[in-house]
Amino acid sequence: MRTVLLRSLRSAAARSAPSNSHLLRRGFSSESVPERKVAVLGAAGGIGQPLALLMKINPLVSKLSLYDIAGTPGVAADVSHINTRSEVAGYAGEDQLGQALEGADLVIIPAGVPRKPGMTRDDLFNINAGIVKSLCTAIAKYCPNAIVNMISNPVNSTVPIAAEVFKKAGTYDERKLFGVTTLDVVRAKTFYAGKANVPVAGVDVPVVGGHAGITILPLFSQASPQANLPEDVIKALTKRTQDGGTEVVEAKAGKGSATLSMAYAGAVFADACLEGLNGVPNIVQCSFVQSSVTELPFFASKVILGKNGVEKILDLGPLSDYEQEGLEKLKPELKASIEKGIKFANEN
Amino acid sequence: MQPASEANQRIARISAHLHPPNFQMEESSGLRRANCRAKGAAPGFKVAILGAAGGIGQPLAMLMKINPLVSVLHLYDVVNTPGVTADISHMDTGAVVRGFLGQPQLEEALAGMDLVIIPAGVPRKPGMTRDDLFNINAGIVRTLCEGIVKSCPKAIVNLISNPVNSTVPIAAEVFKRAGTYCPKRLLGVTMLDVVRANTFVAEVLGLDPREVDVPVIGGHAGVTILPLLSQVKPPCSFTPQEIDQLTLRIQNGGTEVVEAKAGTGSATLSMAYAAVKFADACLRGLRGDAGIVECAYVASQVTELPFFASKVRLGRTGAEEVLPLGPLNEYERAGLEKAKQELAESIQKGVSFIKK
Repeated sequence: MRTVLLRSLRSAAARSAPSNSHLLRRGFSSESVPERKVAVLGAAGGIGQPLALLMKINPLVSKLSLYDIAGTPGVAADVSHINTRSEVAGYAGEDQLGQALEGADLVIIPAGVPRKPGMTRDDLFNINAGIVKSLCTAIAKYCPNAIVNMISNPVNSTVPIAAEVFKKAGTYDERKLFGVTTLDVVRAKTFYAGKANVPVAGVDVPVVGGHAGITILPLFSQASPQANLPEDVIKALTKRTQDGGTEVVEAKAGKGSATLSMAYAGAVFADACLEGLNGVPNIVQCSFVQSSVTELPFFASKVILGKNGVEKILDLGPLSDYEQEGLEKLKPELKASIEKGIKFANEN
Repeated sequence: MQPASEANQRIARISAHLHPPNFQMEESSGLRRANCRAKGAAPGFKVAILGAAGGIGQPLAMLMKINPLVSVLHLYDVVNTPGVTADISHMDTGAVVRGFLGQPQLEEALAGMDLVIIPAGVPRKPGMTRDDLFNINAGIVRTLCEGIVKSCPKAIVNLISNPVNSTVPIAAEVFKRAGTYCPKRLLGVTMLDVVRANTFVAEVLGLDPREVDVPVIGGHAGVTILPLLSQVKPPCSFTPQEIDQLTLRIQNGGTEVVEAKAGTGSATLSMAYAAVKFADACLRGLRGDAGIVECAYVASQVTELPFFASKVRLGRTGAEEVLPLGPLNEYERAGLEKAKQELAESIQKGVSFIKK
């Protein structure tokens, strides 16, 4: 993106040649990058902290609001020392949630408990559903027009929960609610690059469906660069992408699930949303959104991001036989997870 | 539309603040290009993080995994590295990640490394000084340096473990005893003091923190941290109260975070950020970029003390040149005398630890 290069150029030049320093005293509102407030709900957690760090160094962010039920004063003090553009504020406890959210353009939600070995994402439902419901109730009240990036698992259910809460409040905009599936894309790319023996920087693999086990459907038939991998390798890659989260849960042996790679993926997706908000063209990301590409109400696929969130949902494109099979297999599970979320939101 | 390169741009923007494009790079001769790039192989350096599963180590590992100058990333710690390694290995960036667990794997972790970053050790709790950490961290640093001697004696070492004022002299003694010591390759990381100074000064002046540069000299603890506000870029003047408040705040920046964390730790995220900023500068120096200047705590002749932090020029052999301090005003000269007293003791404490 040319804007990225121009921004880096400007700051590099400014650092080495401050000859027009007297102009800077007016403050840096002469910056042409729009002001953007980003709130992280769950900022003191395993994902929230490294995510807060990455958002602090992102030059598109002008205000960073860090909220959690505890621990945020420390995280905010830490991160606030970093010499980048954004102002940081920490908020702790439910009575500060409104302040944390007011004026937010983008709300990222990593809040909740992580899996332990042997657990599925769905096992987290009971705790995390309640957390997500109250956070979304506050979003509807304090920043109803914000873009929401949902990370809290099980995403297949928490996104429908969020939608129901927003609908009840009369604030729902289906273009602005995203379940973050970027880590599945990141994993698919990394694993594919390894097998295809190509630099990962040049790889693209769409991942569709949902964000749990077999609902994660990487479309290696559409991967670039094409590598003509044998069928058994594709199957192994598919399984590994689907079980990527479990791989980390087991490696951490009870100490948590993916935090650093999730923060990284969350920051990549949040950045794309901000670029879209700022009018940068051709921002395409996979995400779990309200969708009519299948008969299910929510589905992850490539979307174009713009000033209002989702500008356009792209078609799935041609699927191989294996992928078509995978698609049919995942739909019942995804449907059940979606309905579980909707049911929870309506009964609580 | 090229989605893959879009992703690269995105990653580049997120980390652009950490590794800005260098427009002073010398014209690439064919020879220079061959130095860091074999045909078909990823260019880059081998970096080890000792203490990678800790509060600083984890976000540090994440940021180094994103850094395009890193081709191999080794994560070492005494606990939990398998989990951190699995996590980070999924990130879609070029560096190959390997994890190493426990002292028996230390030498393997360090084999062939170009740069070793050491955040290992315990952090402060409220009421503690960095010196209170000495007893535990001194032993840890000694062990890790003995590993460096065996496996990668020519690596650049970035030492973060506190108290830096003492652990750098400890490292130097270990290297001297082994006959591998090169003062250009041993750097105590003081970048967080510079980052804090830039942020706090920018706040007072109403400037963008990215446009402010304050040299910070001396050491890395309390009054040994001496910001040279008289040399700030862009040139600005301060009231005496501002100078006092800023100096005090910069010196106590670490304590500010320890207290805000109320017993749960010290600066981790900002320390990881600063460490990566500095490590990246070391790598650009290793690559042969010109004009890479950062503050670091190194063996030095700018004062009568054997170690001192000031601006150094980083190059292919490490800290190739220690720059002169430049003019200090009266306030700063007084601060310098105070800093030197405490620093001399901390250095001596580190040296004596090994000599015992």
